[in-house]
Amino acid sequence: MKDEIPEGSEAPEELKRNVFLTTVDSVYNWGRASSMWPMAFGLACCAIEFMAMMAARWDLSRFGMEIVRASPRQADLMIVSGTVTKKMVPNIVRLHNQMAEPKYVLAMGACATSGGPFKEGYNVVSGIDKFVPVDVYVTGCPPTPEALLYGILKMHEKVYGQSVRTVPWYKKDQLNEPLPVPVLGPDLYNLKDREALKRSLEAAAGRSEAVLRPDGQATE
Amino acid sequence: MGVTTDGVQEAPVAAEGAAPFSRAVPGAVLEVTKNGLVVAPEKLVDLATYLRDREGYDYLSMVTSVDWSGYLEVVYYLYGVSQPKDALVLKVRLPDKTDPVVPSLISVWPGADFQEREVYDMMGIRFTGHPNLRRMLLWEGFEGHPLRKDYRESYYEEDFKPFKSRHPDGEHLWAEDRAPWKDNISYPVGWDPDLWTSPEVQYRRIMGVDEDHGNGSGIKTERILINMGPQHPSTHGVFRMVVAVEGESVVGLEPEMGYLHRCHEKIGERNTYIMNMPFTDRLDYLCSMSNNFGYALAVEKLMGLQVPERAEYIRVIMAELTRVISHFIAIGFLFNDLGAYFTPALYGLRERELILDLFESASGSRMMCNYMRFGGVFADLPAGWVERARDLVWNRLPRAIEEFEELLTGNEIFLARCKGVGVLTAKEAAAYSMAGPMLRASGVPYDLRKAQPYSVYDRFEFDVCTRPEGDVWARYRVRMDEIYQSIRILKQALDGLPEGPIMPPGKKQYQVRVPPGEAYGRVEGPKGELGFFVVSDGKPNPYRYHVRAPAFINLTTLEKMCLGHKIADAIVILGAIDIVLGEVDR
Repeated sequence: MKDEIPEGSEAPEELKRNVFLTTVDSVYNWGRASSMWPMAFGLACCAIEFMAMMAARWDLSRFGMEIVRASPRQADLMIVSGTVTKKMVPNIVRLHNQMAEPKYVLAMGACATSGGPFKEGYNVVSGIDKFVPVDVYVTGCPPTPEALLYGILKMHEKVYGQSVRTVPWYKKDQLNEPLPVPVLGPDLYNLKDREALKRSLEAAAGRSEAVLRPDGQATE
Repeated sequence: MGVTTDGVQEAPVAAEGAAPFSRAVPGAVLEVTKNGLVVAPEKLVDLATYLRDREGYDYLSMVTSVDWSGYLEVVYYLYGVSQPKDALVLKVRLPDKTDPVVPSLISVWPGADFQEREVYDMMGIRFTGHPNLRRMLLWEGFEGHPLRKDYRESYYEEDFKPFKSRHPDGEHLWAEDRAPWKDNISYPVGWDPDLWTSPEVQYRRIMGVDEDHGNGSGIKTERILINMGPQHPSTHGVFRMVVAVEGESVVGLEPEMGYLHRCHEKIGERNTYIMNMPFTDRLDYLCSMSNNFGYALAVEKLMGLQVPERAEYIRVIMAELTRVISHFIAIGFLFNDLGAYFTPALYGLRERELILDLFESASGSRMMCNYMRFGGVFADLPAGWVERARDLVWNRLPRAIEEFEELLTGNEIFLARCKGVGVLTAKEAAAYSMAGPMLRASGVPYDLRKAQPYSVYDRFEFDVCTRPEGDVWARYRVRMDEIYQSIRILKQALDGLPEGPIMPPGKKQYQVRVPPGEAYGRVEGPKGELGFFVVSDGKPNPYRYHVRAPAFINLTTLEKMCLGHKIADAIVILGAIDIVLGEVDR
């Protein structure tokens, strides 16, 4: 903070000791980063390491983050800690939609990032970022608490880099629409596939046997 | 029936001539194979009733199924709990693969409930007489039955790993790029998303839709359906229970699971044997060492491997340390559910860190140890490990458990909330296939380490902890007592730890050769009887791989224990079962 009192004017001594000048961004971001409340949202093995990080040895409350909220309305940070299954992903998207802005998502571990060791499984989603925007990825299976802590510090860096003038949640024209919630059909139905599905339906209409492809072409 | 030294049973071999039990239930046993008795489906219930009442097979340990070419096979493993008995394996063969039907055994052993639903879900076998036969791990409307051999997931490449197709011309091709939708998704041909409505589960049974209900005085109370989970702080993960309440009293409850169903068994059947070892870590992710142990036992049984003495001792030490961790965490989280938010759990996690340090220095990983191998363990203990373990076992852990006792055991609120809540009698517990502390807290002194000692457990002195009460408090008490007994075993094992090799002689192999056959290896895990059912056809991959998850089967009684209690007690009862979702959903 620079001394920005114009030259020639003299501030009283008491005022000099009590008034600090800074930017709105610094204070705003300092407040947000130092009280980022995670959502109590354990999916799998990684949640245990998340709890280990909460506990005595790593002590997340050093960063003002010890208050884990069960309600998405009160949480700022969603830590996707574990394998995202097809059965679970509609709930995760819904929870994400219910979180108030500003909201952040941290994909913890290999499963949340890409499906991890279970990627090939018929009930496993290849990474939560197919459905929800992710801010920070943490590698590991599971990541050690140190690694997760590093990811959270990276998240703080991201918060510090934002400016109140440009953040989307104060822009009227950039209001976040809720993300489309996938549907559990015969398989997980991602709404972005609707057009392609419709096209392939049309293409297959005239044929007896058709294997459908996303480009609308039917083969065989 | 022969029992091998590692406690895995040989299948019964019948006397020559007449089929076994032919006098009691004529025509029931069609064929005697070396892996079990083939039973006629229409006689199954009669035979099961006879075996339960007359032969002392009062414990249905596991129900699973195998998809053979030509027929589907439902496999039942029976044991005795009041009188420990060796396994009796019943098999029902169903040649009709399009609509396989078998009578439900729920009337004989109510513990068959969830297991039969799982078989229906995964294999598509219908159980007649089952009151609530619907999808268990997947959702209603899911297409296909994944454990059928002809089921192909979207990322399917080849039947068995290692895939030859991974580097066809020296170039790597991602599964995503190969799959038709560039994603782990496949839609059936001609499926119209706009016309789709998800089949809705009505919960008619717990809502009492089909019955007239009231409190007897003619006043009707409206039933309300409360949905807890899958994101709920007290469900220990992504478990969901649908509770029907009248006022605050629970009148019906249905567990919904599968939110962490990671296709463990299907992936396990594509993997080679050794590749499954790290996957077992992720079953019950608090007790990876015990999981390794059970899987190693099952495959060693098939391979006929002899484990060196030092490796056996190391395994026992690791398994008992795991039990201490698991019980500390279970108790900590039970108190979480009671409202003592996080402080007891913090104390548990603190001790856990010290044990994890030992695991990390031995195996290289804190949580997912992947430490055991067929025939031994992956690496010897590093220098100074035993001294650190001794310090922990002799000094630190006894103090920690004393602290727990002082702070928690006599707590008045705790006693008021737990005594008399969620009672299961000994008979019910055995009939519902409960295992581990759940069974022993109901007064059944059944502990595999004593009943059918595996590894070197027969060399140690320890007591089987039981309580007669069968309530939540008894489960807490049994877990605390088991920590004392684990420390006792640890002291003897650390004292007696011999020098020597940790793997059988010979070159270390990446690909193990497993002769054809079936094996069921089970260990007394912290949550209960953890079983691994492995079928080999001589190839480098298991033909069938099934996990008997104790937490999953222990959930069968959740409704029974909760009925009549307040909804706040349901949380406590669930906490006392000590579920880990990785194991429940697999």
